[in-house]
Amino acid sequence: MSPQPLDSVKGFAVTFRQLFKKPITQQYPEYKRPVYPRFRGRHRLHRHENGLEKCVGCSLCAAACPADCIRVVAEENTPDNRVSPGERYARIYEINMSRCIFCGYCELACPFDAITLGNEYEISEYSRDDLIYTKDMLLAEPIKKVPVADRDLYDTPIPYYQDHS
Amino acid sequence: MAIAPERPKIYEGTRIPAPIPSVLEVREDLRSSDDVLTVNFGPNHPSTHGVLRLVVDLHGEDVVGLAAVVGYLHTGFEKSMEQKSWWKAITYAPRIDYLSFQANELVFVLAVEKLLAIEVPSRATWMRMLLSELNRIHSHLVWLGTAALELGAISMFWYCFRERDRILDLFELVAGFRMHTRYFQVGGLAEDVPAGFWDECAKFVEVMPKAVDEYEALVDRNEIWLERTQGIGLLSADDAIALGQSGPVLRGSGIDWDLRRAEPYLAYDQVDFRVPVYDEGDVYARYRVRMEEMRESVKIVEQAMRRMPGGPWIADDRKVVLPPREELHTSMESLIHHFKIVTEGFRVPEGEVYVTVESPRGELGCYVVSDGGPKPWRVKFRAPSFVALEATATCMRDALVADMIAIVGSLDTVMGEVDR
Repeated sequence: MSPQPLDSVKGFAVTFRQLFKKPITQQYPEYKRPVYPRFRGRHRLHRHENGLEKCVGCSLCAAACPADCIRVVAEENTPDNRVSPGERYARIYEINMSRCIFCGYCELACPFDAITLGNEYEISEYSRDDLIYTKDMLLAEPIKKVPVADRDLYDTPIPYYQDHS
Repeated sequence: MAIAPERPKIYEGTRIPAPIPSVLEVREDLRSSDDVLTVNFGPNHPSTHGVLRLVVDLHGEDVVGLAAVVGYLHTGFEKSMEQKSWWKAITYAPRIDYLSFQANELVFVLAVEKLLAIEVPSRATWMRMLLSELNRIHSHLVWLGTAALELGAISMFWYCFRERDRILDLFELVAGFRMHTRYFQVGGLAEDVPAGFWDECAKFVEVMPKAVDEYEALVDRNEIWLERTQGIGLLSADDAIALGQSGPVLRGSGIDWDLRRAEPYLAYDQVDFRVPVYDEGDVYARYRVRMEEMRESVKIVEQAMRRMPGGPWIADDRKVVLPPREELHTSMESLIHHFKIVTEGFRVPEGEVYVTVESPRGELGCYVVSDGGPKPWRVKFRAPSFVALEATATCMRDALVADMIAIVGSLDTVMGEVDR
């Protein structure tokens, strides 16, 4: 079948129709598209309500990490210096964000829900050293907030452990 | 210029066809005439789809010699996977072919499951099929957008990436990551499908056929597109078989072979779809095959959505699958299993398997050897891109240098998968 003269014009009709459609471009730094709640972004370390850290320094996240980007050094809790409810706490907790592949295995591995992957994706830095996140950075609230889509609809119902921990 | 003029026909006598050289040699009389110019095409040329280097011998505008040089994107994934436990190796698999990530993940997970002889719940099987088909559309969209862009159709690129983003949004919704999802775990899926997925997926299924109509209106009968693709990069059926081609390249050469139908895996034997085959064996035929595959994939997604079974999404095997999170706080046994799987990894019985799936690029195989330990002893991927690249020289017969772009594009090679 040889090309007909009108066939080439059909393509122009498609592009012309776009004039009357709303653009799909998003003006990124001004507008931030809400991410879905399951989106895996920057890590967070969590505290209990009484201020103690959930992390007990078991290094299970470091063992689960396929990229070997987590470093945990644990130390014993003493009565004067109680950091976590368990016997031990993480004296050093570092994540090398330039190695991390955001697979979320640390989140799956942690038996105490101490580490989770948040929704923040704006984590670029000017220097590689800044990409090594220390424990204080991971415990702090992230500065840049990202809107998240409806949690009830786009995530599974809240499981038992989140209500009861 | 004939590449292999004296070659016995396939299907007669021996079942193994005579090999076809994957390098195009310059004819002696041309070589001595001093008119041949050798040019490096790539490895940093945008239309090589990555870092492919082609050493091209040009006589005027004719391509008279060609050799593909690969290895610029060698990442050692297979070897890295052998250093990690089976569970961790799942995260490596999708990164091999970054456009059909879900197919790579699927084939590795299927191989491990075959070694373990583990029963996968039907919800997981159907969901895997749905996501694999979404991934096929995604891969074909990227191919169509970039291949058309290289031939001058820039609006195709925007339109294809518009729909591609919708697919990546769906992956983000269900798996938490737009690419490299690690959503397929040994035994099933990592998490259940969220409630909001079905509505979003239904919207996409509604939009996608109309979008394919738009693409076809733009290029299907467009005179420039036809001139650039019809009769270019001819690959006969015999040559395609002798070169071990698979996927759209093989079906564009008139061979009716699709692993989804020939050796059904997942639930492909329960859904209704057609395998498009075109006889021409040129760039246009490969383009047509991929366009129709997109339509068929939408149909499969629609059927999978409609017939998605309920029930568990991961097998209940405590030796292999991570125990449910809520049990970690109540059951000591579960906690021990959890620690065991995370730190040491589960053990896979001794043996070797070869599992194939139909990836967007063709037959993607995974050969896994286990010595009974917590790590794979050997992982080998049969990459369809690498095999497709071997056909470059055969397709380049009597080609002009401008056709080279169309031909390399039509083979749809992903260099990450070629070099692994």
